[in-house]
Amino acid sequence: MAQPATNSVTPNLTLDVRDAVKSYGEVKALAGVSMRIEAGQFMALLGPNGAGKSTLFQLLSGLFVPDAGAISICGEDFLKKPTLGLAKLGVVFQQPTLDLDLSVTGNLRFHSSLHGLGAEGRARIPQLLIDVGLAGSEDKTCRSLSGGNRRKVELARALLHKPRLLLMDEATVGLDPASRTTLMALVKQRCRDEGLAVLWATHLVNEAEQADRVYVLHKGKKLAEGRPDEIVAAAACATLEEAFLKMTGPASGAGKPEEKAA
Amino acid sequence: MRAGHALEALGAISFRELRKFMQQRSRLLSALVRPLLWLVVFAAGFRNVFGVAVIEPYSSFIEYQVYVAPGLLGMICLFNGIQSSLAMVYDREMGMMRLLLTAPLARAYLLGCKLVAGTLLSLVQCYAFLIVCALFGVDLPWSGWLYAFPALLLGGLMLGALGLLLSVYIKQIENFASTMNFVIFPMFFMSSALYPLWKLKESGAEWLYWVSSVNPFTHSVELTRFAMYGQLNLTALAVTGGSALVFFVWAAYGYDPQRGMVKKRAQA
Repeated sequence: MAQPATNSVTPNLTLDVRDAVKSYGEVKALAGVSMRIEAGQFMALLGPNGAGKSTLFQLLSGLFVPDAGAISICGEDFLKKPTLGLAKLGVVFQQPTLDLDLSVTGNLRFHSSLHGLGAEGRARIPQLLIDVGLAGSEDKTCRSLSGGNRRKVELARALLHKPRLLLMDEATVGLDPASRTTLMALVKQRCRDEGLAVLWATHLVNEAEQADRVYVLHKGKKLAEGRPDEIVAAAACATLEEAFLKMTGPASGAGKPEEKAA
Repeated sequence: MRAGHALEALGAISFRELRKFMQQRSRLLSALVRPLLWLVVFAAGFRNVFGVAVIEPYSSFIEYQVYVAPGLLGMICLFNGIQSSLAMVYDREMGMMRLLLTAPLARAYLLGCKLVAGTLLSLVQCYAFLIVCALFGVDLPWSGWLYAFPALLLGGLMLGALGLLLSVYIKQIENFASTMNFVIFPMFFMSSALYPLWKLKESGAEWLYWVSSVNPFTHSVELTRFAMYGQLNLTALAVTGGSALVFFVWAAYGYDPQRGMVKKRAQA
């Protein structure tokens, strides 16, 4: 509904999460998280394992709904009209989700149909595969591709319906450094050229360093948010890695002393 | 939700299930061999154990093979329905389910697509088995092939919806064997698939008779049995249709993001 605060929204605001709370029984996975991402912004979501990154992604991809709070995507209330938001959302999951027995094109066509893109969607596939560097692999089965190339197929698939927001859920896990760099470059290019908003979850500090903004999540709460250099400066550290460890380490105020931050 | 979009997605999901099924040779084969074993071996042994007296919808004494054929068609739908739920659990564990659920379509509709796709597989297997029956000289009326279609469709939907419902509650693939034991076998044996229910009553198994006559599987089999002879069994239609609806709505409730699928994930 039209809350007064919604009036202050910039037209470019792609993702707006307000005070999202999600508990699993006793465990509070998200304890009131707010996050805003504007068009063209590359936001890294940095947090140790168990920080609540996966839960946030589950909420943002519509798998679950938050216990409390609001989510809107491109100004549409995601909780009331999830299909409007889902149409503007591209997701690359941490788990591989390709049909391995199907060709690269086949996987993309299936996705195109799920989004009801018709002939237009199918026509976009060849150019998209060229863009992600998979020209010539159209008819190969996904099983025959390397891990890095499979991820590129998943990225191409996530971009096929021209989303305004791209969710990358630890998408580089298990990839070699070269594939990681390529994937990151591809996504950043889309940010620049097409105003795609990106939320890139990672627990790798060097990936977060390349983002426009970094959002540090720990134990279901925001610890810090800002440009990488701002976060480093605020923590009075030399590098983002140090700042991150200082914030999420066992000695930090955010963590309970008896628990180890893995 | 645009109709064109909805249809395109339904087509893609159905086509994907069909293609996967055709690729799994062993599944195709076992889908045919399982009822065939029953038809050839079991029916041969049972032929002389009991004759089937004249009961509706039959107009004369019939061979046991003729009696058991609709039951075996039901068995095909039952196994396939449960197998679809196995696939759902597998997809959920592998993350494929999440991809499907990010499609910009209502979740109940996506589940409906899955159900229709699975039922399509049931129908393909049923007709393949009818061909086998014809080859083995089982005396089923040809017109029954046509009349049985809506009955098999509804029965397939009902058992597929049961599979969907089970997939909500089966947490892991490993629990699947117990599903076989506690769902498939009781449903199959406590039904009119293998023997007419009056046989149970006659032999004094009163409670078994009672359980079997409320078993929705019995009604899906009877629906097909009557349809084979161009007759409509209204009770069977009502129970099969009603069960299909209840199972599907219950399953959709289980997959609702507000409630279902939540309990299993206690990860932070």
